[in-house]
Amino acid sequence: MQSIDELLTYCEKVAFDLNFAHAKNWKSQNEKRVIVGYLPIYVPREVIHASSGLPVGIMGVGDRKQIIKGDAYYQSYICHLPRGVIEMALDKNLDGFDGFLFPAICDCIRNLSGMYKLAHKGKFQRYFDYPQNFDPKIGGVFYIQEMEKVMDDIFNINGVRADVNSLNNSIRLYNINRRLIEAIYDIRQEFPWRLSAVETYHILRAGIAMPVEEHNEILKQVLDYIQTDRGEPMDNIRVVVSGSFCEQPPIGLIKSIEMAGCYIVDDDFMLGSRWILGDVEENTDDPLQALTNAYLYQSQFSSAYYDVGNPKGKRLVAQANKRGADGIIFSAASFCDPALLDRPEMQKECDEAGIPHINFQYHENTGQFKVIKEQAGTFSDSIKLWA
Amino acid sequence: MATPKDAIKEKSMIIQKEMLTKQFQELSKAKELGKKVVYTFVPGNLIELILAFDMLPVYPEINALQSGMRKKSGGFIKDAEKMGHSEDVCTYVKCDIGMMLNGNIGPTGDKIPEPDLLLLSYTGCFTFLKWFENLNRLYPNAEIAMLHTPYQEAGKMTKEQVDYMVKQLKEEVIPKMEKVSGNKYDPEKLKKLLRNSVQSEDYWVKILQTAKNKPSPIDAYFAGVYYMGPINTSFRGTEECVQYYKELYDEVTERAQQKLLPVTPEGIIPEEKFRLVVEGPPNWTNFREFWKIFYDMGAVIVASTYTKVGGLFDMGYRQNPEQPLESIAEYCMGCYTNMNLPQRVDLIEKYIKEYKADGFLINSIKSCNSFSAGQLMIMREIEQRTGVPVGFIESDLVDPRYFSYANIKNRLESYFQMLEQRKIILQQETV
Repeated sequence: MQSIDELLTYCEKVAFDLNFAHAKNWKSQNEKRVIVGYLPIYVPREVIHASSGLPVGIMGVGDRKQIIKGDAYYQSYICHLPRGVIEMALDKNLDGFDGFLFPAICDCIRNLSGMYKLAHKGKFQRYFDYPQNFDPKIGGVFYIQEMEKVMDDIFNINGVRADVNSLNNSIRLYNINRRLIEAIYDIRQEFPWRLSAVETYHILRAGIAMPVEEHNEILKQVLDYIQTDRGEPMDNIRVVVSGSFCEQPPIGLIKSIEMAGCYIVDDDFMLGSRWILGDVEENTDDPLQALTNAYLYQSQFSSAYYDVGNPKGKRLVAQANKRGADGIIFSAASFCDPALLDRPEMQKECDEAGIPHINFQYHENTGQFKVIKEQAGTFSDSIKLWA
Repeated sequence: MATPKDAIKEKSMIIQKEMLTKQFQELSKAKELGKKVVYTFVPGNLIELILAFDMLPVYPEINALQSGMRKKSGGFIKDAEKMGHSEDVCTYVKCDIGMMLNGNIGPTGDKIPEPDLLLLSYTGCFTFLKWFENLNRLYPNAEIAMLHTPYQEAGKMTKEQVDYMVKQLKEEVIPKMEKVSGNKYDPEKLKKLLRNSVQSEDYWVKILQTAKNKPSPIDAYFAGVYYMGPINTSFRGTEECVQYYKELYDEVTERAQQKLLPVTPEGIIPEEKFRLVVEGPPNWTNFREFWKIFYDMGAVIVASTYTKVGGLFDMGYRQNPEQPLESIAEYCMGCYTNMNLPQRVDLIEKYIKEYKADGFLINSIKSCNSFSAGQLMIMREIEQRTGVPVGFIESDLVDPRYFSYANIKNRLESYFQMLEQRKIILQQETV
């Protein structure tokens, strides 16, 4: 068994390897294996896994790669994430990927799917459309068709057709994965000093670049380690961070929030890995229907999900209350229409619920955190002194 | 600064103004008339269905652009930003919200009534989803219906996608319309409206295609946004709309026969020096100044993508009254912003070749990622495929802070110099 420090070092390495060597090595061991890259936020990874595929999350380059070519593809008023995703493709970081999925989250990611088509990157480039109709006979049917298209894409490459058994098995593995992640969050809610937000982030992000079986083993070990005390408790407030679900914040930003006196007890950084709340039915004759039901009825609130009838502001407040958070930090990428257009209504809900909040914007490669640290520090002090 | 002279207007523009005035007056009396009001969006709109239920449409984007042209959008946007909206997001949304905060007064000075139905025709723009979530909170008593239009991901429409839409129309949209209007769905009435639509669509396509003449009798972008008004918004399906397009067609045909150039607010363009294809919406806050730059340079827009946000009729699509719901589904999916990037590139290439354009220009809009994300790649592709010089300028829909006249004029002048040079070189090569 590795020490927790070894595990964390390993996860950080896998999470931020922009050449995805770990995934490519996995693929090289069997000619039927394929790698399918996906953009934020959520895709049902089970259908890829069940087709002998490795779903690999492409979350941008963060502050680990200088963008030169990517900037020539985007105007200044478009977010940073797609620049890095184009740069990676042009720099051959993504060679060896068999296909790419671009989930329906915003017009930038949608149009990026077309750019990949024009650039002929991968053997398929598919815009993955979530239904915004939640009637199982309408939107549910559409969602199954979307999943079948992905299964067809993979079958056309490796000849492997996911069946009931393989899908049930994949569902079971991803259920375990989500359960372990939630168990870690539950412990962090009580004892956030045992695993910092940055460490948690590294562990979760590594999980989208390695097989789920391996990630489950790592999560189990981490969970064991944090059953007992680790680190020193600080006089910090507890916050939920919201709005960082697509373009990821730089690690320095997450660290700055915690160093400024805010334990992050919940967040939406790696929302795709936690999208489904609870288990997907795993011993079923119709696993695609089970995945569909999970999407229709068990989705976490998200800016990519039409929320009339179940507004996300109220769900955010419920999440903050459940986690015992003292406040909410709205942290969105600049020019992120989904997050920023949701923010005023979510803030209004916080006001009505009496939950303090602050907000700021970032780019994935933001390098200066002094202002953010001061803002978060003042937020923490104000809650500690006057709340 | 000199006061601009009175704008020169075509007869069809005057007719359209009368149509709009009548519509806004009717809207202001909606409650007295017992008419229900539907807020909806332009791309993939369901106007024939709305009219089949005797309801009145309101288009928040149109309100926003009219606020832009009336120089009111800047204040509205600031008011929305004061309530927490970011500077970074769509200014149509902020302008609309600001307008509501300021009493929702329409262009005729009358108050626009509150919606009875929020009909989210979610076509080709993710922001529509967010916009209607916001409207839902501003108008909690209005019924709300969602029609999710699948993207043409694979560069085509599939039967499954059409089925998905028809099911939504039958199970979600029509029942809500029946509930709100108190009227039963009448397929025969819808078919009659669709038959009128086809006639308007036929005229509209013929009008657009007159720009293939040299010189072109129309400007398919600046004037095009006026021409497209009735068919893309509240009037498609009406006999009034057919009459409007017949009148417009007669007018431009006559101009084409007389080899007359397009009418602009400054007068008739004296000479067609350059023929351009333009991608992207126009700027509305400084629309006339913007147009005048092209007038001064003798640049005529012979085809534009923006005029296809309400449908690609010039590529052969027509409403089919015999299969009304399937036809509406295809109409929604066929709108320009619902096409994938390779389809958009193919369309622009076709326009450049068929309309014998000298150049291709992108007006990239800060607010509109649906158009703007990927435009620099479109530009490269078009340059490679056609060899025509490409130009790129940036502005915004209705935020006056993002319209820099000097900057845009400077860039356009350089671009037109490049076109001029190319013309000279091509002429020399021909000799």
